[in-house]
Amino acid sequence: MDELTRVLTQALAELIAPTTAAYALAAIGLNLHFGYTGLLNMGQAGFMLLGAYGFGIATIAGAPFWLAFLIAMAAGALFALILGLPTLTLRGDYLAIVTISAAEIIRMLGRSTVFQEWTGGASGLKGNQFKETFQALSPLPDGRMALGPLEYINTGSDSWWTRLFAWGLVLVAVLFVWLITRSPWGRVLRGIREDEDAVRALGKSVFSYKMQALVLGGVLGALAGLVFVLPRSIAPDGLGRTVTFFVWTVMLLGGAATLFGPVLGSMLFFAVYMLLRAGMRTGLEGVVSSTFVEQFGGLLVGVTLMILVIFRPQGILGNKRELAFNVR
Amino acid sequence: MTADRPTRAPAGRRLLAVLAAALATLVAPAALALAPAAADVAPPCTPDDQTACVAMIVLDADNAFVPGVSGTITGADFEVDVTSTADGPVSVAVPSVGGYTVAIDPATVPEGMSPDVTERQVTAQSGSTARAAFRIAVGAASTPSASASESDDASSPAATGAAGDAGAPLGAEGGDVSAKGVSFGQFWQQFGSGIRFGLLLALASVGISLIYGTTGMSSFSHGEQVTLGAVLGFLSINVWNVPIVLAVPLVLALCAGTGWLQDKMLWGPLRKRGTPVMQLMIVTIGLSMAMQYAIQMVPQIGGRSVRVLPQNPVPLKLLGITLSTASWMAMAVAVVVILFIAWFLTRTRIGRATRAVSDNPALAAATGINPDTIIRIVWIMSTGFAGLAGMLIGMSFGSFNWALGLQLLLLMFAAVTLGGLGTAFGALAGSIIIGLVVELSNLVMPSDLRYASALVILILVLLVRPQGLLGRRERIG
Repeated sequence: MDELTRVLTQALAELIAPTTAAYALAAIGLNLHFGYTGLLNMGQAGFMLLGAYGFGIATIAGAPFWLAFLIAMAAGALFALILGLPTLTLRGDYLAIVTISAAEIIRMLGRSTVFQEWTGGASGLKGNQFKETFQALSPLPDGRMALGPLEYINTGSDSWWTRLFAWGLVLVAVLFVWLITRSPWGRVLRGIREDEDAVRALGKSVFSYKMQALVLGGVLGALAGLVFVLPRSIAPDGLGRTVTFFVWTVMLLGGAATLFGPVLGSMLFFAVYMLLRAGMRTGLEGVVSSTFVEQFGGLLVGVTLMILVIFRPQGILGNKRELAFNVR
Repeated sequence: MTADRPTRAPAGRRLLAVLAAALATLVAPAALALAPAAADVAPPCTPDDQTACVAMIVLDADNAFVPGVSGTITGADFEVDVTSTADGPVSVAVPSVGGYTVAIDPATVPEGMSPDVTERQVTAQSGSTARAAFRIAVGAASTPSASASESDDASSPAATGAAGDAGAPLGAEGGDVSAKGVSFGQFWQQFGSGIRFGLLLALASVGISLIYGTTGMSSFSHGEQVTLGAVLGFLSINVWNVPIVLAVPLVLALCAGTGWLQDKMLWGPLRKRGTPVMQLMIVTIGLSMAMQYAIQMVPQIGGRSVRVLPQNPVPLKLLGITLSTASWMAMAVAVVVILFIAWFLTRTRIGRATRAVSDNPALAAATGINPDTIIRIVWIMSTGFAGLAGMLIGMSFGSFNWALGLQLLLLMFAAVTLGGLGTAFGALAGSIIIGLVVELSNLVMPSDLRYASALVILILVLLVRPQGLLGRRERIG
């Protein structure tokens, strides 16, 4: 019984974990790319890694928190511009190939010895090097706090303050996406997704709108990277392709082109993922190793993504008529 | 898609794009030249997965260590001074794998003695110590052959312990990078390695191009098909004890079987449902993830790096290029298979039908070709050749791990985009170029960035000539 409570508590904790918020934020950005505009961004982890590096390196160089925050956003925006210029006039899958490659380049540069002085190479930047300014902002008093079965310290890496900040940012992002997608600008994006040529015939610059969407989603991705590293260190291999694919699964699970889809998808995905793994670890203890559990969990995510896309491409909240899959 | 495209691309943006490309090419080498790694002390080095060591050994005629000889270990962006001791080799940890030059200062050699050579080239690899041995004899220099460096020199394929998704270079071999410039011999050796990598990459990536041509889909699970070949090769030789001559066709058949099965169970039904291509691409991503973790669940593989061939590689020098015998044989197999593919596509009925479907499926169907049959054959061929390529890569690069395909996938994409998406011969040409770039970039760049150079090429190609070398303009818009 104790074990069951522990497993359920672990799954509950995942619902509000900072990492869940980071994935939700990354998925909101990806939703702006894919759900609303129909852009196949396969390198969201690259945006996240750049945001994390931008924040971390700026903080280590002595920048105050909000300046480092802005630098992280700028890094995401710049990356989007560089990727968008050669590819946005081409077919959709060119963007996919270039973004996945560019994200890898960022990761390789991050872990190479050439930039070790700034990025810390393959071992990355340690948490205590870049978190002080963030933790100094905390309005919470010292000590610990319990909310139901969940108990964390108030200020620190894995703390209430990190959770508060992460979910606050998610809330702001949802509000922002709600405002811009119900505007005329948002309707043009949807138009591009449905029929690029029709929008072009109306005299809109498709390239420019796509670029704006790519930049905005990229900035959200960079902020997701910032949130992602708040409870941990900045390690280039922690933000590889697997993260991108998880973000895709999260977004498609909740429902592309919906406002709350990415948030719901992220919470559900990580709670169920944890429930499965913790359940297997506890229930099958001694039968299977914990490495096996991790690998089997990953296998299930892959299979889930396939089944989801084949049988319910609109996800949980989505509308089948409003699907970005038909764009070219 | 629309006829008005060319007029809509403002000249300013074109100019900007070209400037950005030019800037990128200018800045990249400069940025790489920055930041020489500081290493002033030389603690003894213990090799592990992350660490590569270079050791200097100074011996006299009786194989005793000679103390007090000072030397310098120089790499691409690394330089450290060491002094030999009487108790053993002096080793230092080096920042990156690749080639290093170990030089001893003849002035510090004991009076009346002289070294056989003053400089040796070694290749540092993760998990091992590259040793440069110098022999000091009384009087004139002894014959160099008496003191061949007992190191993992450029001839033996590396067994790089690639760590997880860490993107550790596959077999960091033969990179004789020295700060003193590049000799023709080094260039030629790297050129040979590049051709080898290019040929094997071509075998792997021709499938991506065929699938793209016939179905319009970029298959993200193709990398795992390559890994699967290496895994089956490893299992059949080391676990099932199949002789190599039989193992190659066995792997080819098994991998081709997975293609047939996939098309029958997955892609065929989805085609019938009329599932859009973008949706299929995301299905391949899911498949790729599932296969990755499934491969890690094979108990003999797990997260480890394993070797397809249990024996130590035997170096063989042909045309001045030293590669392992297995590499030469893998290249021969690759050439034969590539020639077969070329013959198949140009000279046989099914091959011509394949190209017809790539060109225009509707027209091909109207002339009596069944696109479904052709696509099934394409899947079988693609996965079969990818598996064969994986096995050959595993054989010629020493070792592989589950992330092999993950690393290769991007290079394959770069190759097919460079050659022109959907053109089989473009994939061959693009692969050779990417192979050469990856291996030759070793001469001027740190070896941990050599894959990045290929990906930079991909982005530049899209800026300048998005249809690739052999592609046609109308495919891209």
